[in-house]
Amino acid sequence: MDQFTLNLLFVGASFALYIGIAIWARAGSTSEFYAAGRGVHPVTNGMATAADWMSAASFISMAGLIAFTGYDNSSFLMGWTGGYVLLALLLAPYLRKFGKFTVSEFIGDRFYSSTARMVAVICLLVASITYVIGQMQGVGIAFGRFLEIDAFWGLLIGACVVFAYAVFGGMKGVTYTQVAQYCVLITAYTIPAVFISLQLTGNPIPALGLFGSTESGEPLLVKLNQIVTDLGFAEYTAAHGSTINMVLFTLSLMIGTAGLPHVIMRFFTVPRVSDARWSAGWTLVFIALLYLTAPAVGAMARLNISELMWPNGTSGEAVSVEQIETDPDYAWMATWQKTGLLGWEDKNGDGKIQYYNDANADLQAKAAENGWEGNELTNFNRDILVLANPEIASLPGWVIGLVAAGGLAAALSTAAGLLLAISSAVSHDLLKGQLTPNMSEKSELMAARLSMAAAIVVAVLLGLNPPGFAAQTVALAFGLAAASIFPALMMGIFSTRINNSGAVAGMLAGLAVTLLYIFLHKGWFFIPDTNTFTDADPLLGPIKSTSFGAIGAAVNFAVAYFVSGMTKETPQEIKDLVESVRIPRGAGVAVEGH
Amino acid sequence: MSQTNDSNAYWSANLRLIKISLVIWALVSFGFGIILRPLLAGITIGGTDLGFWFAQQGSIIVFLILIFFYAWQMNKLDREHGVDEE
Repeated sequence: MDQFTLNLLFVGASFALYIGIAIWARAGSTSEFYAAGRGVHPVTNGMATAADWMSAASFISMAGLIAFTGYDNSSFLMGWTGGYVLLALLLAPYLRKFGKFTVSEFIGDRFYSSTARMVAVICLLVASITYVIGQMQGVGIAFGRFLEIDAFWGLLIGACVVFAYAVFGGMKGVTYTQVAQYCVLITAYTIPAVFISLQLTGNPIPALGLFGSTESGEPLLVKLNQIVTDLGFAEYTAAHGSTINMVLFTLSLMIGTAGLPHVIMRFFTVPRVSDARWSAGWTLVFIALLYLTAPAVGAMARLNISELMWPNGTSGEAVSVEQIETDPDYAWMATWQKTGLLGWEDKNGDGKIQYYNDANADLQAKAAENGWEGNELTNFNRDILVLANPEIASLPGWVIGLVAAGGLAAALSTAAGLLLAISSAVSHDLLKGQLTPNMSEKSELMAARLSMAAAIVVAVLLGLNPPGFAAQTVALAFGLAAASIFPALMMGIFSTRINNSGAVAGMLAGLAVTLLYIFLHKGWFFIPDTNTFTDADPLLGPIKSTSFGAIGAAVNFAVAYFVSGMTKETPQEIKDLVESVRIPRGAGVAVEGH
Repeated sequence: MSQTNDSNAYWSANLRLIKISLVIWALVSFGFGIILRPLLAGITIGGTDLGFWFAQQGSIIVFLILIFFYAWQMNKLDREHGVDEE
């Protein structure tokens, strides 16, 4: 059976499984849909939340970004896990005690203002749409590869599948479907990593293999550092970027994690306040399984690629064009070339492909000596690394098919979940809650579908010219959530001083400065060439647009305090509400708001 | 009145626990993983330094321990102050 058929088989079988479970456990009504989470054990809920949370960014993109940058991209690892500490300590138990279903409902009630609720909805929409762009990129790459077509067509086909998935409610947040998706996703991520770790270090646990030794007794990371510096690239384990930027970037990702509505929502429906605390811990357990493996996947893939390009060592001859075209170990290069995400060119016509950093002075000297005319591995999109990884390591065909299914599970589940969050924000919070309260259930459903369609069209249009690799685009979404939602929630619980005007002003200020900073660097509405600055030379010292969320959050806090101090005090009944949110006793079941 | 005093005591005990946890949270990630990494450069692990390990794995493991520690301590605190859900 050829690889193409095998991939389709794995992808098809996993989809059949999700749809089967969705039909078996289908929620009949809105309240049943919400209630589904109420009887769920914290461990099961943790697994489902982990599936909801780990998207194309975690699965497809992150290890590739770590592989090609090394230590400096550790921010993704710390940021996307450290946020759960904030969530467990500062938000989850209190929001559960409050007992409503959506983040904007909490903000509307705590700040006794429908304006605050509306502003929260807007913040949520901006962050979610940016997030969907990143997911669509991942979907495009996955479909492009497995249907062996250009990534552009992959994106269009993927968009149709995501839309169908979300509209027909195949995902509908049914917890058990997500549990199945988690299992597919984690198996698909771990199995190739175990194989590769065994090949390179003899250790079956990739996380330990990363710090293990290769066959020659040399530590893996020492060997990797040696090879990449020989080729003129930056040392893998060393810090190269600005420390301030790395701190702010990590902090933005952490705060953003704790401010993402589709993650927070899952903690509203656990049975008790104490379960909300445990649930955050279990979620992180299941996320950590992937996150402890990811840095090993990155480092090992980098080593494998470098060795494939220089099969005779970095001082020997480079791989020949003929070998790339005929040797089965290099077959993955031809398959990925079809997506337009991998490319090479024999610039000096010597029949070999030299892969090195042609911006490095030492290597330029070496190149002049040897008659090289620049790096010949001309295009290597970071986002393909995880999907190509099993092929790069020459693993069996079924592993490749499994990774295909895993990548699609990650991207589709999160994309569909986000579309549902967007559509419910528009139809439930914005239209029914504010603009047209007398809307019938039928037209609410219609509005939900239309807004879903609109969101996906916007995401596809913007996804064609993405502002970065998938994980970077998603990082921007986190910055926006960090600057707008998290501060409002935290102040709502930990301070009785913040009043309606303070919260509204804070959210608007945080969102506005962050959005402005991002657009100045990434182009207005991410349209190429409309940017004034670049991330290589940012407006404020070393602070890149992906790191600005932490500053936006600080602005949010400061403005909220200042404005609250100048305006009327919080009424007594709201102070009582805050007091009651702080103690677990008396937590009833969550109820649907208006 | 005693009710209010007790709920104040409960809340300040909670805040104390949160502060301690967040100090550890920041220390392992922003501290050992980033800012204090040069100080740990002397300690080697698997061909690199301890700071690299904290940035790529260590901090995640500490985060996990922190969340479970907090949940355990808070559930105990709930019972001690009689504010648990039972």
